[in-house]
Amino acid sequence: MLKNRLIPVVILNDNNVVQSVNFKHTNVIGNAITAVDFFNSWAVDEIIVIDVSRTKRKRDNFPKIVEGLSKRCFVPLSVGGWIENIEDINNLLRLGADKVIINTQGITNPNFIKNAAKKFGTQCIVSSIDVKKNEKKEYEVFADRGRKSTGLDPVKWAKECEKLGCGEIFLTSIDHEGMKNGYDIELLKIITKSVDIPVIAFGGVGKWEHLVDGIKEGNANAVSAANIFHYTEHSTFHAKKFLTDAGLDVRKPDFYEVPTPRNPKYEEIF
Amino acid sequence: MISILDYGMGNTRSVLNAFNLLGEKCIITNKKSDIIKSEAIVLPGVGSFSEGMKNIRQNGLLEILNEEVIDKDKPYLGICLGLEFLAKNSSEGGFCEGFGWLDGEVREIEISELENKVPHMGWNDTNIILNDGIYSGIKQPSFYYLHSYYLHLKNKDRQYISGECNYGNSKITSSIEKNNIFAVQFHPEKSQSVGIRLLQNFLIRARENVKK
Repeated sequence: MLKNRLIPVVILNDNNVVQSVNFKHTNVIGNAITAVDFFNSWAVDEIIVIDVSRTKRKRDNFPKIVEGLSKRCFVPLSVGGWIENIEDINNLLRLGADKVIINTQGITNPNFIKNAAKKFGTQCIVSSIDVKKNEKKEYEVFADRGRKSTGLDPVKWAKECEKLGCGEIFLTSIDHEGMKNGYDIELLKIITKSVDIPVIAFGGVGKWEHLVDGIKEGNANAVSAANIFHYTEHSTFHAKKFLTDAGLDVRKPDFYEVPTPRNPKYEEIF
Repeated sequence: MISILDYGMGNTRSVLNAFNLLGEKCIITNKKSDIIKSEAIVLPGVGSFSEGMKNIRQNGLLEILNEEVIDKDKPYLGICLGLEFLAKNSSEGGFCEGFGWLDGEVREIEISELENKVPHMGWNDTNIILNDGIYSGIKQPSFYYLHSYYLHLKNKDRQYISGECNYGNSKITSSIEKNNIFAVQFHPEKSQSVGIRLLQNFLIRARENVKK
């Protein structure tokens, strides 16, 4: 049977790993290389790296970081943030990314998703959908790092993304993100029900039970989290163990010794 | 040195990173002179079958592959599309001819009620049929799969299937081992330590093959 996936998300702001609460980024955690080395040692199933820098200029180092990470990451690596054209995708894939995550540019220009999927394959294009409840208390898709109202209905947009050729949806609840109260299960349910492509849940994990809820109640194919994996020793191991103990079919939480260099050379990257 | 074939549709860098981890020298190339000089050929591939075959033909790579792998027995490792290409034909993106090295065709995955998402994306248990080849030292593994089509082998050529997995209503050919031809549907370069071990096994088998 295909296993449910556990995916740590590394959020980068101006080249540093940060914590995120409702899309506001404050606490600097440190270096992306250290984070990925750590995740790569345990049975995490994929790694997502998203650059949330407020201006494109500040992410000049992002390609270099992706290149450095790909040398030490032996699970699939999905990268996103400021991907605006086919050339951006081409560059990131050449540097060792396996999938790219598209958000704002896909909303502004849906043809971009179509062309990207045609050129690089459905399996390579992940649609990131950021959802917030608007003033009318209805779910709405927000673009540009959660700042811009789009008027789009998440269900319709998710279906459209599938039609345009996305192979996967990375679904974030802006209201739940960083709040530690669990995923927005209601949102997750309506999206997983309406598309035939896999959905990754993100936003709100405050304890391991929330991961189980995402799969069992929300029907997510993969569960992801960011903040909870910081500051905690062996956190992905415990998350995996919790999922196994809850009776879910996941890859074993064992230590996976991948012989990466002992002392990372940060200067190679920065 | 190993040649990782570049025809614009492979995650060549990830494959290079994995072989480099094993201390192996690699070159990402589509030049005949490089391919002839190399000890083994790796063909990674993601994307559509017909698009991939078109690029391979346009670069004159099919001719080179036939010469090196079939005529000269150079070790070959196909990954994902690199396995599907071994078929006679595929229905993906209209009827399209493959390398025709094996008697089989590429079919679309049949979904089931329980497993109803395509692509088949993620980690799946793989049943090992031949355990002293590329799976040497690997027990009950899960590998990372990412595909919507699979290779269905026919008749006598089914004997070369060395691993299988189930998804939806399809029995998916996970791997092929036939003399100097090795191929896997999953992504060993992205399957953590088990995947790295499998690549190492390929290198060992490839070198044994050369000695023979």
